[in-house]
Amino acid sequence: MSQVVEAPVEVPQRATDDEPVEDRPWIVIVWNDPINLMSYVTLVLQQLFGYSRSKATRLMLQVHNEGKAVVSSGTREKAELDVSRLHAHGLWATMRQD
Amino acid sequence: MRRGIQRQKDGTYRVELPEEERDVLASLPEQLREALEAGEPTLYRLFPPAHADDDAVNEDYARLVGPGLVDGKLQALAELERTARATRLDEEELGAWLGALESLRLVLGTQLDVQDESYRAFDATDPDAPRLALYHWLSWLQEEVVQALSETVDRRGAVD
Repeated sequence: MSQVVEAPVEVPQRATDDEPVEDRPWIVIVWNDPINLMSYVTLVLQQLFGYSRSKATRLMLQVHNEGKAVVSSGTREKAELDVSRLHAHGLWATMRQD
Repeated sequence: MRRGIQRQKDGTYRVELPEEERDVLASLPEQLREALEAGEPTLYRLFPPAHADDDAVNEDYARLVGPGLVDGKLQALAELERTARATRLDEEELGAWLGALESLRLVLGTQLDVQDESYRAFDATDPDAPRLALYHWLSWLQEEVVQALSETVDRRGAVD
């Protein structure tokens, strides 16, 4: 990812603040819910993101066991699109800036 | 013939269901359409917020994306209604079944306040017993659809 430094270089910043806010990627999170079948969540992740069965299963198990998992990331526009596609398939998904 | 849904060698899907189950399947889309038109509160599960902590942005999101989400769900319901008695489905039609079954289970599961997969084992004296039986039957059928479509997706391969 390209980095545009707008802040004066002499201003000390924490590492996480180095990138301008608008350049930090957005992440898409799928949350556990009691209704969706585990096999269904795996299939949707395969269909929407082209993930292999093993990667989709790993993410599904993370959602199931830990309550949530990051399933994709990128620009705000990409995250918005991914969230809306997940919602179209009934998954509980939210997005936030990393 | 095994009861359920089976992928065929030609890439179509064979649907083996008794008539009375098809009657139920054909009747459900209209019920959910009525609920959608009435704006029942349990439908919130079909339209989650996109941002966990920003109500203003969520209102924008709901305004922009909401109508498309409703259209997609209505289309899937119409397709399930149209093909509920078919013995053979193509991938697109079975995809519509998957989407319609998903909406039906989400709404019914929310109405029944399902808390986890093992929640409320079947009890004939429970006033919710008929709807719980329907919910479990829909879960079985959705699992059948998922397994059949997973076979197709796995054959196609992945990018990662």
